[in-house]
Amino acid sequence: MTDTTTELEPVVTATDQSKPLTPRQAMVRRALRHKGLLFGSAVILAIVFIAVFAPFLTEHDPFKQSLLARMKPPVFMGGDENHVLGTDALGRDYWARLAYGARISLMIGLLAAVISGLIGSTMGIMAGYFGGRVDTVVTFLINVRLAMPVVLVALAVVALFGGSLMVVVSVLGLLLWDRFAVVLRSATMQVRKQEYVAAAEVLGASLPRILIKDILPNVMNHLIVIFTLEMAHAIILEAALSFLGLGVQPPTPSWGLMISEGKEMLLFEPWMITIPGIALFLLVLAINMMGDGIRDVTAPEGRN
Amino acid sequence: MLMFILKRLGLALLVALTVSAISFSLLFLAGDPAVAIAGENASQQDIAAINERFGFDRPLPIQYLDWLRNAVQGDLGMSWYFDLPVTELIADRLSVTMRLGLSAITFALVLAIPMGVAAAARPNSLIDRAALLISVVGQAIPSFWFGLILVVIFSINLGLVPASGNETWRHFILPTVVLGYYATPAIMRLTRAGMIEVLSADYIRTARAKGLGTRKIMFKHALRNAIIPVVSLAAVQMGFMLGGSIVVESIFALHGAGYLAWESISRNDLPTMQALILIFSTFYIFFTFLADVLNAWLDPRLRVS
Repeated sequence: MTDTTTELEPVVTATDQSKPLTPRQAMVRRALRHKGLLFGSAVILAIVFIAVFAPFLTEHDPFKQSLLARMKPPVFMGGDENHVLGTDALGRDYWARLAYGARISLMIGLLAAVISGLIGSTMGIMAGYFGGRVDTVVTFLINVRLAMPVVLVALAVVALFGGSLMVVVSVLGLLLWDRFAVVLRSATMQVRKQEYVAAAEVLGASLPRILIKDILPNVMNHLIVIFTLEMAHAIILEAALSFLGLGVQPPTPSWGLMISEGKEMLLFEPWMITIPGIALFLLVLAINMMGDGIRDVTAPEGRN
Repeated sequence: MLMFILKRLGLALLVALTVSAISFSLLFLAGDPAVAIAGENASQQDIAAINERFGFDRPLPIQYLDWLRNAVQGDLGMSWYFDLPVTELIADRLSVTMRLGLSAITFALVLAIPMGVAAAARPNSLIDRAALLISVVGQAIPSFWFGLILVVIFSINLGLVPASGNETWRHFILPTVVLGYYATPAIMRLTRAGMIEVLSADYIRTARAKGLGTRKIMFKHALRNAIIPVVSLAAVQMGFMLGGSIVVESIFALHGAGYLAWESISRNDLPTMQALILIFSTFYIFFTFLADVLNAWLDPRLRVS
């Protein structure tokens, strides 16, 4: 039996016996000890920094082509210092495209998660709070949404409406709300049973007040966790759509587009797909680790 | 049990109907289909002729009902690009996608269940950490990129397997790995969590106290109960994977239904697109229905609610 313990670390981390920690202090302490959360946050901060300060981190223009400097290898493969990560088939600086591409991925991920978060959490909270017919309708809508093949529908819509950033963001936002709705529905059902909600109802609090002041703060941690997961999901999907030629359009520096363009040189220059692929992988990995970390830190009883 | 199945079946049909209505109207929202066929510079007469031939000038609900009536009878219209009946076109390609989906789910189960069981038997051990690494990486790696990296390593550098096409079973190896790996993390996590829960149950302690061997406890007593949710997850994942096959099939030029979807989308072939959205969602609905029934059959407690 000794080897079947499931606890990774003690849930209560108070070391100072004289002063018990407040829940908030305990949470901060858990956060600072959570390796995945720290690693994820550090990588995300680094990528956000690169995205924001891209113009200061490279003197090259991500759109400027140069036929004289095509397909230069990166520094670590014998290239020169002027183009640290080499140049692509049109002679554009790869590091500049990677840095500016971070803006596209982060922006699409954030906006799509905001749109889907608004739709999904509204539906989930409504279903969880009211139950009955509202719940039946929302559950049905979730089932319908789940039955629609995301990639296929997104590709079709982008093909029909054109591949602008706005279209890609909207279609992803309108498609990825299901997990918000599912999770917030059950979380709200739990919170709704609490006595403070009944108390607020008895005191005559208005419906918006109950939903915003009593329900929302108590399902917030679930909302944040799903937000990170869906942001990662949207970033991967944007890259996949762009890779298939039906996402954001050239010459926008999108990582998925860079992989798609690098595919043509697969045989001779495999580094061209490796670099943006690793960037994409790291970003999604970091967001997922941050989301898992937030879940562990805010709800330590729920981890396995 | 019969009541349960009938109720779920009715719900499944309703979902399928709604999805078909959405996908039908969605594609018409994008603009005038007659212009899409004839091109931007077509004359007024051409547009009128096309409207007459395809009936695009009728009210949308009528067109939808018409389409639905034919679809139920197995007639999904003519492909605008391939100039073949859509049903024939898709039936031809679907066998490739089904083969890919079946081998991918098999790959995922064979990898995920033993890893999940081993990880649950010894939490925090080396194998548990390895399982965690596999699932964390699997959730973050973009499948199209993973596919390309496998092509670079195994086709270009080592020359072990072909990079594209679907002539022999060897063409299916890389796509199976890519698509199967996509489904692995969820199955592995669920197996591990289920096993950990079951292993702390009273009847396992009883079995241990009786002096049963670890292997017998793990496989005969614990896994049997832990596997129930995994079975239904696998069915749902299968539905997801068929929808996700579009990316994998286009990387490996595997001429299945997913590849056909990509072709029809890039060629504005509306009837084929609509039919494929309908078919992929029907598959998903079928597999979730199957999962519900399997679950109720394996776990009688679920039949009541």
